[in-house]
Amino acid sequence: MREWAAYSLEEKDGRTALVVTGPLLISTIGALDRELRAFEGEVDTVDLSQSGAIDTVGAWTLLRFAREKKAEVTGAGKQAQRLLKAVEEAESSADIEPRRARLRLRVPETVGRYVIAFGHESRNMIGFAGHIIVSWLGMMRHPSRIRMKAVVRQFELVGVSALGIIGLMSFLIGIVIAQQGAAQLEQFGAEIYTINLTGRLSLRELGVLMTAIMVAGRSGSSFAAQIGTMKLTEEVDAMRTIGVSPMEALVIPRVAAAVLMMPLLGFYSAVLSIIGGAFIAMLTLDIPFVTFLRRIQEVVPLFDVWVGLIKAPVFGLIIALTGCYQGMQVKGDSEQVGLRTTMAVVQAIFLVIVLDAFFAVFFTEVGWG
Amino acid sequence: MSEEKIEREVAAEAIPEVADHFDGEFPIVVQGLKNSFGNQVVHEGLDLKVRRGEVLGVVGGSGTGKSVLMRSIIGLQVPEEGSIEVFGHEIIGANPEDGLGLRSRWGVLFQGGALFSTLTVGENVEVPLKQFYPELLPELMHEIARYKVVLSGLPEDTASKYPAELSGGMKKRAGLARALALDPELLFLDEPTAGLDPIGAARFDELTRELADTLDLTVFLITHDLDTLYAICDRVAVLADGKVIAVGTIPELLESDHPWIQEYFNGPRGRAAQAGIAGKTVDSHEQTGE
Repeated sequence: MREWAAYSLEEKDGRTALVVTGPLLISTIGALDRELRAFEGEVDTVDLSQSGAIDTVGAWTLLRFAREKKAEVTGAGKQAQRLLKAVEEAESSADIEPRRARLRLRVPETVGRYVIAFGHESRNMIGFAGHIIVSWLGMMRHPSRIRMKAVVRQFELVGVSALGIIGLMSFLIGIVIAQQGAAQLEQFGAEIYTINLTGRLSLRELGVLMTAIMVAGRSGSSFAAQIGTMKLTEEVDAMRTIGVSPMEALVIPRVAAAVLMMPLLGFYSAVLSIIGGAFIAMLTLDIPFVTFLRRIQEVVPLFDVWVGLIKAPVFGLIIALTGCYQGMQVKGDSEQVGLRTTMAVVQAIFLVIVLDAFFAVFFTEVGWG
Repeated sequence: MSEEKIEREVAAEAIPEVADHFDGEFPIVVQGLKNSFGNQVVHEGLDLKVRRGEVLGVVGGSGTGKSVLMRSIIGLQVPEEGSIEVFGHEIIGANPEDGLGLRSRWGVLFQGGALFSTLTVGENVEVPLKQFYPELLPELMHEIARYKVVLSGLPEDTASKYPAELSGGMKKRAGLARALALDPELLFLDEPTAGLDPIGAARFDELTRELADTLDLTVFLITHDLDTLYAICDRVAVLADGKVIAVGTIPELLESDHPWIQEYFNGPRGRAAQAGIAGKTVDSHEQTGE
């Protein structure tokens, strides 16, 4: 059992002395501190002569008590005196918790802050897009400045290494569309239209949209994290000092890769989704695989392919833009990298879906319905 | 009254038993330590004894395993062989539950401060208090956190600031405040003056010495800083070739003929630090002479 600090009261010559016994250490002082805080009588002296070892917490507890009762501390040994003095000099009344405004002030303040930040971010993002265009035009005039190695490397990262996962995902989505579509269309004997459904939906909407979401998750996030980390380690600053433009070395290759790879990936995704549909149609609707593919050529208008291919590079641009922009905004600590990466992905997917809605309305209006 | 007694007993059971103040001569005894990472042997047959109440400087070239030695002593790194006794308790292979009691008796300042970034400085200091002594009243914990912050040489209002708002030197002091939270007997400092400007470094040295004297601390101090060695260390341990090749006061070490020690203390920087200290002692003699 641990020995706790304790006290007793002694009367001497009309003066009340509080005699402390036991070790006055952080590990033994808890109960004594509680009792002294609740103590209500008058005390003239605090006697330490019968106490054991002492540390700063013990010294503080007794100093605080003695001051509250305007009592004198007696019988302190050398070590106790030194600690009492050190603690007294170090006393402070500062806050521990961060300063915070009241809730009714804090809520509108936070909302306002977000609104202003949103305005800033939108403006900066447009500025960043402009900056990209200017750098790009500059590079067009001096093609020798194009960093082919970096561009090809990004092609590989954004395009080639995404083939596996995007292919698998699209194949499965094709299966789901065909199977669910067939289940509904069967009710009025129109299961043959499963082919129209799978073909048009894949080429026009889902292929590109799902690819964009996958690329935003895979590449948009890695753009933000890579560039953000390079900002933290001052690599970006080092580039500027040497005279290398981070725009040309980091941003343009990534934007180029995303813009050029997205149509290819989108088309590839649509093709695999049609194959998935044909596969399930063969199994459940007894439509031969080749018949399914031949029928696709008859029922899917060519402009459906164009709709998909026109949207894809725009989505790629959005993804690369948000990724690189958020990466370049990283400042301060590593927490920012995570925060900015999340923002890059969320913004990219959100903007892609909003733009997709606009595209849908636009293409229907121009007669490509 | 009886309720209170029960409360005390419950509290006493909740906390691991802490042995009494250590009265032996050597709070840290390392014997035959061996550490290696893959094929690279960091320590082999390392022996070291730290005396109670001294400030021991640990020096050595990069990669000689100064930090690994510290991590082994505080139990963050499990060595392959050897024994490490802290306050007479074996650290290696000890039951983690027993280790808890020991952990409350040492404080560690990591190189970057290692403050918890989501808490204010004051809350950082309260973390070990809450962990080890949950029976303390919140008021007392706040008061302790406040005076520890000031004791570590920080301005009062630092207590409510977040680590991200502090400069490098202030972060180290805040880390020191947290290391001192439990009134430890043993303090580990990992390169406390690295990355500080010379004035800040000198102040930190002074603070360390002052606290070591006031709080009766034993300090295990890893450093590259020659000025720190001359200014505050009682003894210096030199790590090389996976061992402690020499321990002693600086004049004692200067007599050694080991090439690394000679180069270290008699290199241009070593001489400069020596001259700085010599100048200071001359000054103080002159002042007392008047």
